Amino acid sequence: MSALKIKKGATSHSAYNLRPTFSDMVERHTLAVLVENEPGVLARVIGLFSGRGYNIDSLTVAEVDHTGHLSRITIVTSGTPQVIEQIKAQLGRIVSVHDVHDLTVEGASVERELAMFKVTGTGDKRVEALRLADIFRASVVDSTLESFVFEITGAPDKIDAFADLMRPLGLTDVARTGVAALSRGE
Amino acid sequence: MIVQALIDQGVDTVFGYPGGAVLPIYDEIHQQNAIRHILVRHEQGAVHAAEGYARSTGKPGVVIVTSGPGATNAVTGLTDALMDSIPIIVLTGQVPTFMIGSDAFQEADTVGITRPCTKHNWLVKETDALSGVLHEAFHVATQGRPGPVLVDIPKDVQFATGMYNAPKPSVSHYQPKVKGDMEEITELVAAMEKAKKPIFYTGGGVINSGPAASQLLRELVKATGFPITSTLMGLGCYPASGENWLGMLGMHGLYQANMAMHDCDLLINIGARFDDRITGRIDAFSPKSTKAHIDIDPSSINKVIKTDIPIVGDVGHVLEDILKVWKSRGRKTNSEALAKWWAQIEEWKAIDCLKFKQTGKTIKPQHALVRLEELTRKHDRYICTEVGQHQMWAAQYLGFEDPNRWMTSGGLGTMGYGFPASIGVQMAHPDALVINVAGEASWLMNMQEMGTAVQYRLPVKQFILNNERLGMVRQWQELLHGERYSQSWSEALPDFVKLAEAFGAKGIICSDPADLDDAIMEMINHDGPVIFDCLVEKHENCFPMIPSGKAHNEMLLGEAQTQGVIDSKGSVLV
Repeated sequence: MSALKIKKGATSHSAYNLRPTFSDMVERHTLAVLVENEPGVLARVIGLFSGRGYNIDSLTVAEVDHTGHLSRITIVTSGTPQVIEQIKAQLGRIVSVHDVHDLTVEGASVERELAMFKVTGTGDKRVEALRLADIFRASVVDSTLESFVFEITGAPDKIDAFADLMRPLGLTDVARTGVAALSRGE
Repeated sequence: MIVQALIDQGVDTVFGYPGGAVLPIYDEIHQQNAIRHILVRHEQGAVHAAEGYARSTGKPGVVIVTSGPGATNAVTGLTDALMDSIPIIVLTGQVPTFMIGSDAFQEADTVGITRPCTKHNWLVKETDALSGVLHEAFHVATQGRPGPVLVDIPKDVQFATGMYNAPKPSVSHYQPKVKGDMEEITELVAAMEKAKKPIFYTGGGVINSGPAASQLLRELVKATGFPITSTLMGLGCYPASGENWLGMLGMHGLYQANMAMHDCDLLINIGARFDDRITGRIDAFSPKSTKAHIDIDPSSINKVIKTDIPIVGDVGHVLEDILKVWKSRGRKTNSEALAKWWAQIEEWKAIDCLKFKQTGKTIKPQHALVRLEELTRKHDRYICTEVGQHQMWAAQYLGFEDPNRWMTSGGLGTMGYGFPASIGVQMAHPDALVINVAGEASWLMNMQEMGTAVQYRLPVKQFILNNERLGMVRQWQELLHGERYSQSWSEALPDFVKLAEAFGAKGIICSDPADLDDAIMEMINHDGPVIFDCLVEKHENCFPMIPSGKAHNEMLLGEAQTQGVIDSKGSVLV
């Protein structure tokens, strides 16, 4: 099972907590979960989050080791520190889960997301969209006389910023992959 | 192949109910003698019976049911086993692989439905994988924190012939840690040496760890002289007649146990999970103590209560290490402070929180259990219960000397658990005295299993404390809902004596305290299943009680002021 270290001193959390004033800081954590690539494994992970009332901000999954039959699920979640600890421990309990890593606390990591934006418009707006795309190093993957599809890769906040800029310029459709993340160094 | 896998896993008994999608398995069962199949009357009964078998033997229980309704009827039992960490293997039939997803007759998404109520489950689509999955199922169900697993087997896979692999040492990546961290163990021992007001708070994990864990616990308690209390699920891990026993703790726990939990300075949780029935109000739970928690499941630690000394490992292994370390450090305890602590505990005990007065011509339920205890305790005895007031009274008034002798639905609180569980226990222990302490309402939920008890001549004793009420619901309505007893009255109850006779069993009715002993003796001495209809006081409440949203030291002790004791915050809790 995963080498989860139980953090000492995490505060209690329960549905029966009668302290409404209890408000710990909500943190955003990126978890990398290595799972057996078998039918239903994603349902197990998602079912855990919905069943126990945890948040999923983003989730990506794909097979990463064909011979070892392993998939990597990257989950961005948010909660108080004790909720995050509980999420990791609960994930570790799932029999199909091999390993759980909290990239947010286990040293530095890089996060990337790919997104595609469809922007429709003509004239100045169309030119401005193309100019901004260039600044953001987004590439054009499809074009008509009245629309572009941009492809952009980057950290989620960069993609958010790009979306904010495209919105007044005729943004009609967005597809985002969700976050993939790896720890830095060895 | 399936039957061979069960035999190779040491299975001697399975509980089940046939149907279209498991006919090939039943055909195999018909052609062998190594495994005994017990035909239940409802699939829920099969799982509870397997739970009773598992809980009373320490071995996993096995169930075979058909697809669709067979599988969905098993869901309550699976959830019950998950909450109470009981190792169960359920084999379900499924429609043939080529029909899956077509809404075929008796098709249900069994692995989907049971995913949240099993420890793990599998749908086997290739015959060659079947034996491996079955062996893995036994491994997962029994290793680490035990729990129910389910293997869904389509009918074409059952018919096909494939490669059978005998079980070998597990190649599974699922290998939970059993040894505790020595650094943490040493920290706990150091805390034990200094503690002025220590207490052991034990739970079902001690029982699940095996009889050796209970033995080690007894040794540790004797050596240190610390007081010990236990959850409902842990009763029997330390003997009720033991010197250091405080009785059960929690919502209906004993005064001395709850007060000691509240005032202690070192709380040693061994295989329990700080359930809300135990803690009461979280922010007032044992406010002055350093808390150590030994649990095989890392997710139990810091889930509800902040732990100072967390030890992840199997109770048996950890207790062994604690004893070793404690002995090697010179067997120290703070004996002076301990003596004071015990003097305080004796004062609490003197309140005698379980006292009641048996007067008049009506049997008090507590009295019925006191007499049952007196007349049966020398027997080789196993007790099951249903859920409700009778369950709490049984936990309070019956004494458990050994582990695996007490089968009750703790976490899920499943009415209808006890009767089928008693059937499973009796199957495993044919010569023992198996009693199901029941309420009439719970008992009726799975009364169809009388057919099973009679068919297999299982002399299970159904000791029904009949108050013609859903007693615990009634008690809460009295306390919380202005004595408006909505739907908590069991109208139109059957004549239990005639009911027993209709099934070909014996019925006994008793309403006079003067006849009670003779009636209980008649029940014990009858060689066959008995329904004992014990008519008891209808409005008796179960005390002590920690009202919802209150702390351990705010217990209600008797028929005192019960109105308005639970405030609006507390009343939203269950």
